[in-house]
Amino acid sequence: MIKAILIFNNHGKPRLIRFYQYFAEDMQQQIIRETFHLVSKRDDNVCNFLEGGSLIGGSDYKLIYRHYATLYFVFCVDSSESELGILDLIQLICFFLCVCVFVETLDKCFENVCELDLIFHMDKVHYILQEVVMGGMVLETNMNEIVAQVELQNRMEKSEGGLSAAPARAVSAVKNMNLPEIPRNINIGDINIKVPSLSPF
Amino acid sequence: MALKIVKGSIDRMFDKNLQDLVRGIRNHKEDEAKYISTCIDEIKQELKQDNIAVKANAVCKLTYLQMLGYDVSWAAFNIVEVMSSSKFTYKRIGYLAASQCFHEGTDVIMLTTNQIRKDLSSPHQYDTGVALTGLSCFVTPDLARDLANDIMTLMSHTKPYIRKKAVLIMYKVFLKYPESLRPAFPRLKEKLEDPDPGVQSAAVNVICELARRNPKNYLSLAPLFFKLMTSSTNNWVLIKIIKLFGALTPLEPRLGKKLIEPLTNLIHSTSAMSLLYECVNTVIAVLISLSSGMPNHSASIQLCVQKLRILIEDSDQNLKYLGLLAMSKILKTHPKSVQSHKDLILQCLDDKDESIRLRALDLLYGMVSKKNLMEIVKKLMLHVDKAEGTTYRDELLTKIIDICSQSNYQYITNFEWYISILVELTRLEGTRHGHLIASQMLDVAIRVKAIRGFAVAQMATLLDNAHLLTGNTQRNGICEVLYAAAWICGEFSEHLEDPMQTLEAMLRPKVATLPGHIQAVYVQNAAKLFATVLRKHEGETDSHAAQETSQLLIDRLPLFVQSANLEVQERASCILQLVKYIQKLQQKKVEVAEEVTALFAGELNPVAPKAQKKVPVPEGLDLDAWINKPPSESESEDEKPKAVFAKEEPKHSRSRHTEVDEKELARRREARKREQANNPFYIKASPSSQKVYDAPGVEHIPVVQIDLSVPLKVPGMPMSDQYLKLEEERRQKEKAERKKEKKKKREKRGKERKADSGPESEEDIAPAHQVDIVTEEMPENALPSDDDDKDPNDPHKALDIDLDKPLADSEKLPVRTHRPEVLKSPAEDRVNESIPQETKKRSGKEKKEKKKGKEKDRKRSKEEKKKKKHKEVEEELLESHPEEAVQSEETKEAATPPTSTSAEASELDFWLCSAPVPPAAQEETAPSSAAAVDTSSAAAPESEPDEPKDAEPEDTKSSKHKKKKQKKEKEEKEKKKKKRHHHHHHHSNAGGEDSVQNGTVEEEEPLPPMSNYFLLAENSYIKMMKEDADQVYDIQGNHQDESKVVVSVIFENKSDSFLKSMEFNVLDSLNSKLQRPEGAGAHDSLTVPFQLPPGISNEAHFVFSVQSIVMPQKLKGTLTFIVKSDESSTHEKLDFKLHFTCTSYLITTPCYLYDAYAKLLESGDLKGSSLRLEGINMPFHHLLARICFHHHFSVVERIDSCASMYSRSIQGHHVCLLVKTSDQTVSIDAKCDEPSLLGNVLDEIKQTFSKC
Repeated sequence: MIKAILIFNNHGKPRLIRFYQYFAEDMQQQIIRETFHLVSKRDDNVCNFLEGGSLIGGSDYKLIYRHYATLYFVFCVDSSESELGILDLIQLICFFLCVCVFVETLDKCFENVCELDLIFHMDKVHYILQEVVMGGMVLETNMNEIVAQVELQNRMEKSEGGLSAAPARAVSAVKNMNLPEIPRNINIGDINIKVPSLSPF
Repeated sequence: MALKIVKGSIDRMFDKNLQDLVRGIRNHKEDEAKYISTCIDEIKQELKQDNIAVKANAVCKLTYLQMLGYDVSWAAFNIVEVMSSSKFTYKRIGYLAASQCFHEGTDVIMLTTNQIRKDLSSPHQYDTGVALTGLSCFVTPDLARDLANDIMTLMSHTKPYIRKKAVLIMYKVFLKYPESLRPAFPRLKEKLEDPDPGVQSAAVNVICELARRNPKNYLSLAPLFFKLMTSSTNNWVLIKIIKLFGALTPLEPRLGKKLIEPLTNLIHSTSAMSLLYECVNTVIAVLISLSSGMPNHSASIQLCVQKLRILIEDSDQNLKYLGLLAMSKILKTHPKSVQSHKDLILQCLDDKDESIRLRALDLLYGMVSKKNLMEIVKKLMLHVDKAEGTTYRDELLTKIIDICSQSNYQYITNFEWYISILVELTRLEGTRHGHLIASQMLDVAIRVKAIRGFAVAQMATLLDNAHLLTGNTQRNGICEVLYAAAWICGEFSEHLEDPMQTLEAMLRPKVATLPGHIQAVYVQNAAKLFATVLRKHEGETDSHAAQETSQLLIDRLPLFVQSANLEVQERASCILQLVKYIQKLQQKKVEVAEEVTALFAGELNPVAPKAQKKVPVPEGLDLDAWINKPPSESESEDEKPKAVFAKEEPKHSRSRHTEVDEKELARRREARKREQANNPFYIKASPSSQKVYDAPGVEHIPVVQIDLSVPLKVPGMPMSDQYLKLEEERRQKEKAERKKEKKKKREKRGKERKADSGPESEEDIAPAHQVDIVTEEMPENALPSDDDDKDPNDPHKALDIDLDKPLADSEKLPVRTHRPEVLKSPAEDRVNESIPQETKKRSGKEKKEKKKGKEKDRKRSKEEKKKKKHKEVEEELLESHPEEAVQSEETKEAATPPTSTSAEASELDFWLCSAPVPPAAQEETAPSSAAAVDTSSAAAPESEPDEPKDAEPEDTKSSKHKKKKQKKEKEEKEKKKKKRHHHHHHHSNAGGEDSVQNGTVEEEEPLPPMSNYFLLAENSYIKMMKEDADQVYDIQGNHQDESKVVVSVIFENKSDSFLKSMEFNVLDSLNSKLQRPEGAGAHDSLTVPFQLPPGISNEAHFVFSVQSIVMPQKLKGTLTFIVKSDESSTHEKLDFKLHFTCTSYLITTPCYLYDAYAKLLESGDLKGSSLRLEGINMPFHHLLARICFHHHFSVVERIDSCASMYSRSIQGHHVCLLVKTSDQTVSIDAKCDEPSLLGNVLDEIKQTFSKC
């Protein structure tokens, strides 16, 4: 069983958290901090398994993580999961022998996974993750299958949005274009549209 | 209106979406909290709107905020709203939010049941999928119970996408609603062979997860998993299965033997490291489970160790880590093979990776020997010095102590060395394990008598230098050792060189800063020391020294009398008064030493930790009984038991959780100040002495700050390294001496072999001290019970459910009904679960009645057999037979636990049978089956006519209403015939019972009587009964001529007349012929060799020769006889049909050896066929008995509800049966070298059971 999947960056900022066992919010944050503390002080060339983490699980649990660019992918698993298997699940495509699922899927869906993608599309990452791991158990490891299902669902969402979603999309496209000058208030009759303050990032 | 909509839509365009929120947060780094709180306000506004899109957007943002640690449970209802949107886009957002923040305590979950059910049955697969995914995260017991049935249906959905999700979620459902496991399990099992690999993998996943917690219930799936393992190519599935086998092998060693080969193959062939690793792991588990003695064991071990070495030597740290991890498993059972890799493991101790060092440490535990212990510990001590992080250092510390103290200090040759190691360890800064070191010190000092002198000296030094340990507040943990030091010095004070000095050290004012429980020990042991000092100075003319000591105590003890700690205070004041009194006596020159010493006389013996628990309860003592009647509740409230002695525990927690304590202190201080301010009589302290509260009573003590950067060298403390050197020298010397001796010897005996200059063996190293390790005491006649209590809160405990047991009617998943019935509480359900047999049998009162009736009847018939003469009396007796008898019978049955391994289990045996059956089982089955045959064949020959056989099965029939009536009829019949028939009846019954016993030891129910005689023909004068079991004739004759069948026919005279000149004739067929005396024609009849007076019966045998035995035969026949009454005599005729069943050609042949049977089955000469019987409502042993009795089989082996049976035809055909029963269904798999014979036999078996 996988007890939790945590993705946070080099500074310990959570980018995606998924607990398969209930913890209150403050406990979740504590776990993230603790995990970050444990993981971050480790060199890159040490092993990817970590015992301990008093908050999450006991002796039966292990932290298995990969440090990938600016992100840490941490899985908290119990002894029923194969350590290397989980590593495979989160490993880079690179040179290792085994198939990898999670990161590679992100790659395919986002072209280039980088922290910003994760931040802005947390929901989408969740949807992908849901196709890989469900309720703490590995659901699917076949990459093509996962990508196909994610694609199909996205297509469904698009078709549902249809015309009515078009203006929203347009607006968000405009917002994303990051135009410096947008009038703060547009008055069309009595409709008062507040334009949110936009600022470059 | 339209405008409103437009407005809403446009408004929405400019609402913040998730991206905006994220961007905003990133832009407000300095006042993030404030920004988020405004965002939350906005979200609250958005949630109030009717537009679902706006709500969904808000919920999406909330999900993000939840990740950042904000509690969003207030929006739970809105999340439910979004979940129930008809659009997939919003639904998905809703479910995501729900899965992130719903939990069992969320009350709105109750509202979701119907929505989720709707989504589950949605025609769109993604709606269903999203609901399943969401549900997997927040399923509650209620949801699980209500939706279990819906999810179960989804397990057979057409789309594999849904199927796999439904299968996977079942695990969560099982956890929350354990009652669903049994009903759902068959389908789950089916999914193991689903065509879609994803579904298959999900099913494997779920079953592995279940089996991991309760492996024994899943043992019967082993063959299926074995098949999957050899066929699957999916590494994920393989790993899961292999892991599962690792959990199963300890329960079934035969499985391990079967596994070794394919696993070894996988190890050789696979390229996936993960798979290789798991294979190695499971092979290790197998090897652990197998008892040694198999020749290829060492090969497998070597293979594993070799592969692991490759892993450990790999540059990949992960492999190295896992290699060490697996190595530690081998270590437990095969330490020798690991020890050869000591170099590698020691090397790993120097690894820069902490995880790897920790694993290597684990391995070290098993590598130490007397020879290398000191060396290894020295190395570890070096690491201790180098280690910077406290966790690793603490780990090192515990490992050092573990290694040294393992198996009762087996490897320690020099305890002085060990004590100095412990003393050195006390210098660790900030360790949490002071307590551990202290307990080691105590243990060694108490149990190793020889070391006490040394230990006391060391402890005295430690006490003298106590300031080094307590000087720094951060080093609190280590001051625990002072507890041990003080106690040791006090208890063994006779070894002290200068008790006065130690006493002085123990009464320093600074001691008052130590934790209370340590102070208490100090005070108590100061008194012990005082006694020693007194005794030492007793008899000296100058009593000055003794008086000085008393004075010292009187001076110093008041400090402790003021202690806030009750224990310290009490002891101190007590001892203070004592010393004052002694001082008075001393001044009167009275000798007191003897009496004071007597206070502390007697030696403490080490007591085993479990000793208390193992004290057996004396006979006649009922611990649960009240001594006095309990007082009313209100009284008992205020009589809370107080701790008799000060507890240690709170003290520890204080030192650890200083944070909390300080807060608490601050609060109290505040309160006290306020109180003092209001108290006019309180003299306020000047502001300069504010600190008083920080450390009451300590402020006047000068605290010496010690610069700890300089390595500590406590004067007079021996370094453990010295011992290492000394030890080496000693060993060298010993060796040299031995050599010398040997030389001498060699001089004496010229023949002696050359002295081995190789490494000294274990035995050669003699301990430096003759050490007598006192074993821990156990109470007399302690019970050797091993009570390892399991965690009662483990959710998986509820899933320990027998899955092979057939489903009872009551076990159904709750289905939604229009008006749901009152749901049973889970507890009730569980009760049903545990005794389904009972519920099945006695669900209603009516059934109960029937049961009783049945029971009575059975009893009655038994009794009748025994006491046939006293019919009347007995009848009454039975009538008045107390109900309790029946009751007790029932309770007994209810109490017998459902047998766990059943049909499946012996299927497993079948599967495993290529491996030899454990000899015990063979021995058990063989003789008993032989016995069975003997009895069943012996029982029948002594036969007399009996009542019509159709009355018999009635006993087990379940039709309720007719029951009683029929019973009565039967009874009457029986009564009539009893006088004549009891004999046979009794025998057949006994035979049946005996034949059942082969295979099982426990007998559940007595067998109903059986008869294999059936009516051939009957008229008013005579009744002809043929024995159904033709083989009952003389077997030897049969062996000589295999195609001869003897038919026994019983003739009974029913009339009042005399019957004579009976002639028996049969119309021969091509196949079967009646054997007539030589010279007789083919159509002549045979004369029955007796006459029948009224009411008498007799038996005659007729021999038939048979050619083909594969088909049943029917022969027409006639019996002619003369009825002779007083007045007249008439010729009478009776027609009958003789039916030769195929069964009648079978001879009960005992199969003594299971091996031979297995070989026969494996030979492949036999052709199989099977039969399924529904609605068989009789105990399995009855069933077997029937087959044995009516069809001439013998039981080869029986395992619970599964049995293998064997029989042989008169022409030498082998017939093998595997009979399994589950619920009311009986399945019979049969094998025979003659298919048509088999078919007919099976038909006949079917018929036998259809009749009952």
